[in-house]
Amino acid sequence: MEKPLTEHLRKDGKPLSLKEYEQVGGYQALRKTLKMTPQEIQGVVKDSNLKGRGGAGFSTGLKWSFVPMNAPKPKYLIANADEMEPGTFKDRILLEQTPHQLIEGMIIAAFAIQASESFVFLRWAYKTAAKEIIKAIHEAHEAGYLGKNILGSGYDLEMHLHTGVGRYMCGEETALLNSLEGKRATPRAKPPFPQVSGLFGKPTIVNNVETLCCLPHIINKGAEWFKKLSLTQDSGTKIYGVSGKVKKPGAWELPMGVTLRELIEEHAGGMKDGLKFRGALPGGASTDFLVEEHLDVKMDFAGVAAAGSRLGTGTVVVLDDKTCPVGFVKNLEHFFAQESCGFCTPCREGLPWIEKLLDSIDKGDGRTEDIKLLEAHTKLLGPGNTFCALAPGAMEPLQSALKYFRKDFEQHIQEKGCSYSKNYRPQTAAH
Amino acid sequence: MLSKQEIKEIDEAISLVPYKKAASIEALKVVQHHRHWVSDESLKELANYLDMSAEELDSVATFYNLIFRQPVGRHVILVCDSVSCWVMGEERIKEKLSERLQIDYGQTTQDGRFTMLPNPCLGTCDCAPAIMVGNDLYRNISIDQLEGILSKYE
Repeated sequence: MEKPLTEHLRKDGKPLSLKEYEQVGGYQALRKTLKMTPQEIQGVVKDSNLKGRGGAGFSTGLKWSFVPMNAPKPKYLIANADEMEPGTFKDRILLEQTPHQLIEGMIIAAFAIQASESFVFLRWAYKTAAKEIIKAIHEAHEAGYLGKNILGSGYDLEMHLHTGVGRYMCGEETALLNSLEGKRATPRAKPPFPQVSGLFGKPTIVNNVETLCCLPHIINKGAEWFKKLSLTQDSGTKIYGVSGKVKKPGAWELPMGVTLRELIEEHAGGMKDGLKFRGALPGGASTDFLVEEHLDVKMDFAGVAAAGSRLGTGTVVVLDDKTCPVGFVKNLEHFFAQESCGFCTPCREGLPWIEKLLDSIDKGDGRTEDIKLLEAHTKLLGPGNTFCALAPGAMEPLQSALKYFRKDFEQHIQEKGCSYSKNYRPQTAAH
Repeated sequence: MLSKQEIKEIDEAISLVPYKKAASIEALKVVQHHRHWVSDESLKELANYLDMSAEELDSVATFYNLIFRQPVGRHVILVCDSVSCWVMGEERIKEKLSERLQIDYGQTTQDGRFTMLPNPCLGTCDCAPAIMVGNDLYRNISIDQLEGILSKYE
């Protein structure tokens, strides 16, 4: 089983040095790239069927193809390293342990769209990654992989690190651009798409870290090889992760399309003793729950979509039978309510309302009609009614929790409390 | 007054962007790095330096949860309160910290040593629960370890 992104990681968790990265073939793909045309690079990546690993799953090659090639300088390439989706910790591994792989991927992507400036947009909390990326950018400069006339090719590219100052919204690509421009991270209207008018109004591509890290390998080994890494239609490997009350939480690079069961039972070692699997968010906080009947779902874009959810970031958060689903969803909605940028009304007003409803149900103050009210909100804040995908994403775990764990919501309301809580004393009308 | 060092660092940030205002977040970070927080006075000076109104800069500063517009303690404790950490016992960690330090979220200890804040997902969900103190990340923590962690910070 091939693991191109992670096979060379050091056992001690320290980053690969430039020398170590070069010894395992690092920057050979860049040399190859510089001898090709941007159109050829775009073609190989399009043929490889690489889809964005940040959650949306859009074809990377197709995204690049919208950049006008003859636009005047500058054009921008941005690595979205603002990994803030709750439950997601896959890019951290790549950022901390193979910074040169990311940089090589970024140079290839930048060359494919003929960008002259690039940024890594890194979240504040990733302190080790920040240190390693600054060091790696410096080393790449010294080695002639960045700067003027890269490896004598005549191609110029500068790279900078920007560390954020919080807010989940910065992961949304147009909000990220606003933040890089020194503004509040609110989303922009599309069109124009960033590919045409992005950072400072110039053509811009924003790609996820894991997506960018796939590029050197696609260039080295070809589109067909990349397709064959996967078990399904969606190409490549995927860094999957599992957190929650499993025996061995962690992240692993596996062929795209392994099943949820394999992830949880084999790689994560199964549930902790005495606990049963009740459900899972397959790809971070903003994805619909999958439950026991979905354990054999293939974890690729199409497979998870067919089960009514989204692959998202591919990092699974597990709900066990001793953890309250209402409390679990309340935690998620608290996060989304807090992280709403406040720009559009349904999201700004709706999410706190949902959080309050869930809080009162959780505390035993819920009313029977609250469930209907919550259901109405999943539509009112759903796709098409808000400015960006934050609120619709927030509705995914809520609507699926109301479907799969409805009895828990009803029980909280009827018995005026949470039966998962230690202090639980049921109070029903009969008492 | 912005110090020479602050101006040097802010100018560096400005050199990477097409106009001064675009460096506002970097500039706020510089000021916060040197002064631990961004006071009204610092904000006004900085806005002036960046050719912005103080109101506009404040609208940026207050949007981001890690720009501090109020004084904070010498060490800021960030408790991850997102879903994986919640499942793994974040509430008990927070309760214990609160009890030990006699502060709630958003408050600073009387001796000015610690400020405690909730933080969405620290991105280390396989090692939950997690907290950060200053720039240091602590993973897989239990209540018993808290005293040892706190004792590292004066």
